[in-house]
Amino acid sequence: MDKFIWAFIIGGAICVIGQLLMDGLKLTPAHTMCTFVVTGAVLGGLGLYEPFIKFAGAGASVPISSFGYSLVKGALQEAEKTGIVGVLTGIFEVTSAGISAAIIFGFISSLFFRPKG
Amino acid sequence: MSSKKKKNLTPTQQQYQQIAKSKEPKRPILLNSIKAFLVGGLICVIGQAIKMGFIHYFEFTEETAGNPTIAVLIFISTLLTSFGVYDYIAQWAGAGTAVPVTGFANTVTSAALEHRTEGFVLGVGGNMFKIAGPVIVFGVFSAFVVAIIKLTIEALGGI
Repeated sequence: MDKFIWAFIIGGAICVIGQLLMDGLKLTPAHTMCTFVVTGAVLGGLGLYEPFIKFAGAGASVPISSFGYSLVKGALQEAEKTGIVGVLTGIFEVTSAGISAAIIFGFISSLFFRPKG
Repeated sequence: MSSKKKKNLTPTQQQYQQIAKSKEPKRPILLNSIKAFLVGGLICVIGQAIKMGFIHYFEFTEETAGNPTIAVLIFISTLLTSFGVYDYIAQWAGAGTAVPVTGFANTVTSAALEHRTEGFVLGVGGNMFKIAGPVIVFGVFSAFVVAIIKLTIEALGGI
């Protein structure tokens, strides 16, 4: 139960930061998402994102910042095994599920649906 | 508008800019933040529930359950976008639906649907990553830089 509460609070708080970026600095959603991804990558490199996910669960792994963290994680994991080339071969290793799912489901949807509203 | 740009405008144009700015509707930042908090938190709670489901019913650990969870969330988001529900929620929730990974899937699907009339190759294929593309580009590039810096530091003996 604890996990759910923390996921709600942390996940919500990250979205509030996003809202403040959008309203306060007048960033577009795309700029906001990029900001989060880069932040996640930097935090991942500093080793701060992993304990954050342990603590907040889905509250930290569902926001888009975890995408940046996963990219770094994949790159470093693979670099450990194969050396510096691993950065290139491993960068999409962890995020493959997310990107593939978005492409596949998005394409299927475009086969069957028409834009609404 | 930056001050540099302002210099090149005639006085009338500047006056117009001022009037336009004063007529711009004020953004209710506090209310928007509360909405973003509620919806964003709720999406993360759903994510947590899916994650726990994967850990309990399939052989996933706390670490590996993250990826399938994101795939399921993306599937749900794609479905809701296809039926036009997601954009309806997004209008209310603002960043609450844009920041979670479901917002990423939403931009992919809605761009694919929107450009369907231009054909499948150049329309759907070409525009799918219109908004999601920058996210991947900046994510990958920053991840590359971070990884290289980290590896360099490690190679030099760490801090």
